[in-house]
Amino acid sequence: MSQSGTTPAATPAKTAVQLRGLGELFERVGILIVLLVLIALITIVERLANGTAYFLSIENFSNIARQIPWQAPLALGEFLAILTAGIDLSVGSVLALAMMSTVIAAHAGVPAIPAMLIGLAVGAACGAVNGLALTRLRLPHPFIPTLAMVYIARGLTNLLSNGTPILRVPWEFRVLGAGNVCLFTFECTPTSLRIPVPFIVVVLLFVGFGIFLTRTRTGRHIYAVGGNPQAALYSGINVNKILTLVYILSGALAAVGAILLAGRTNSGEPQAGVGTELVAIAAVIIGGASFFGGRGNVFGVFIGLVIMGVIGNGLNILGVQPFWQQVAIGVIILLVATLDVVRRRTNRT
Amino acid sequence: MMENASQPPLIELRGISKYFGPVRALENVNLVVNRRQVVGLVGDNGAGKSTLMKILTGAYQPTFGEILLEGRPVHFASPHESRLAGIEMVYQDLALAGNLSIAANIYLGREPIKRQWGLFRFMDEKRIENGSRELLERLKINIPNVKARVENLSGGQRQSVAIARATAFNAKLVIMDEPTAALAVKEVAKVLETVLNLRAHGVAVILISHRMQDVMSVADRIIVLYEGAKVADLERSKTNLDEIVAYIVGSKGSAAQARAVAEG
Ligand SMILES: Nc1ncnc2c1ncn2[C@@H]1O[C@H](COP(=O)(O)OP(=O)(O)O)[C@@H](O)[C@H]1O
Ligand SMILES: [Mg+2]
Repeated sequence: MSQSGTTPAATPAKTAVQLRGLGELFERVGILIVLLVLIALITIVERLANGTAYFLSIENFSNIARQIPWQAPLALGEFLAILTAGIDLSVGSVLALAMMSTVIAAHAGVPAIPAMLIGLAVGAACGAVNGLALTRLRLPHPFIPTLAMVYIARGLTNLLSNGTPILRVPWEFRVLGAGNVCLFTFECTPTSLRIPVPFIVVVLLFVGFGIFLTRTRTGRHIYAVGGNPQAALYSGINVNKILTLVYILSGALAAVGAILLAGRTNSGEPQAGVGTELVAIAAVIIGGASFFGGRGNVFGVFIGLVIMGVIGNGLNILGVQPFWQQVAIGVIILLVATLDVVRRRTNRT
Repeated sequence: MMENASQPPLIELRGISKYFGPVRALENVNLVVNRRQVVGLVGDNGAGKSTLMKILTGAYQPTFGEILLEGRPVHFASPHESRLAGIEMVYQDLALAGNLSIAANIYLGREPIKRQWGLFRFMDEKRIENGSRELLERLKINIPNVKARVENLSGGQRQSVAIARATAFNAKLVIMDEPTAALAVKEVAKVLETVLNLRAHGVAVILISHRMQDVMSVADRIIVLYEGAKVADLERSKTNLDEIVAYIVGSKGSAAQARAVAEG
């Protein structure tokens, strides 16, 4: 109400709208530019310092594609939570519990596919507890129920497994988590172009969720709840239902990560996923989602994951001490989050 | 504005009282709104205007009293229910999601569906966009791109979108609580124009505003609340600014008379 009586002249206002349009465009593709700059930088430095071009090789990209997958579903679930201006701290622990459950089921003689479904159900159930605790107990912020779930799920995992890993998983898990599809050749030869199966799983997952979020009513309502919960409520959207669904999906996605990781490591590991929630949050924030909610898209999250993979991989190739990777990721988070704040400020004129 | 004698008024509030603990926000308020009528609801801060409207939309439940819609008693448990009955409220910026497009906001919560390959239930984006464009045109709201995000609009444009959205689905009554409070002068005129366009399309409007000149320029009737009671209900053509202001500050009306009696 303080801004009364100031009628901005027509021309500056128009320019402002155009600038904001640019901001919107940057929001869409800006993250891609960050990635390309990063790739260019690493390539140039590698050429100058080592005189090699390994980083840009197809083989190396295949490496990166292999490193990302099991964390990707967790980042996707985290994105859904952050989209509603929430957070899911429990994705790492839920991953471990789902992983243990599915591997134990498989060892108990349950066929692989039903065993996977058991894992998914366990993940979804953890998410349901998070969501219901948030909406029914009216806890002040999802931080609280999901923090509780960090401990509950990890504790149950250790109880289930006595704190020890279980080795070996059925081949179906191995195919999903560590398999390859070879392009242009029927059988994989050492020279054929390998595409990791988990990478394909992740791409399908991201495309599916991209369509879900942009083309279905529920997807739009998730954005609305994140953008303005009061508006959503007034529009007759069942905000509690949407929030609960989001945490259920996040839990189920953590279980997808669990299946991929079990296949990759050929084991069930009770300490799996410790700290992974931070990786997931970092990827989401780098990918352009806003902690204020309602902002970002799955493409950005994917690029966020790739950026984190590229930083790790690239600095490795350059022979930089691994600790610098952590510093670099931290700096990028700061940069991206600052951009978000600046953009919000320019919008509020 | 003559009403057909056989036709009940669009909205009738009977004996509405609302207590918040010891606070008497409203005391025995009676109010009638007819079709195609712009009613100005005025009163000092804390007079009870917002509370009365929240009761009408179902955001609050009255302590006493009843609501009749087209002659039939109704109970709205939430604003969503009153909305389904054709009563829309335009909140100050509250009801729009800035991160969504204009079209998405207009259809929020009532997105039309089309089936894809008989399997997926996707939103019918075409209908959402075309419907929004037509709606804005009908209300003569000039916004070129319905795909633009609401957060990129000016305050006046936002308010217009909020009003358009409120009227998109056969609203019978649109309630506006201080729609012009945060707007620049030029934008106020646009909003008031939209109010008149609504009336032209057969919609009744309740307009709450502190800006008396706004109310005087568009209202057919003006109702004054004073400390939770209705103290005046006047035809616009039979009153003037001075009289309204006297009612608002309590120097005229039953409150003043009561005080005069009490003070001997
Ligand atoms: N939720 C509430 N709880 C307690 N008192 C309230 C509440 N809402 C309104 N009131 C009181 O009711 C009275 C009328 O308020 P309101 O309807 O907001 O007035 P207006 O909109 O005319 O300024 C005020 O005294 C206010 O303090
Ligand atoms: Mg008020």
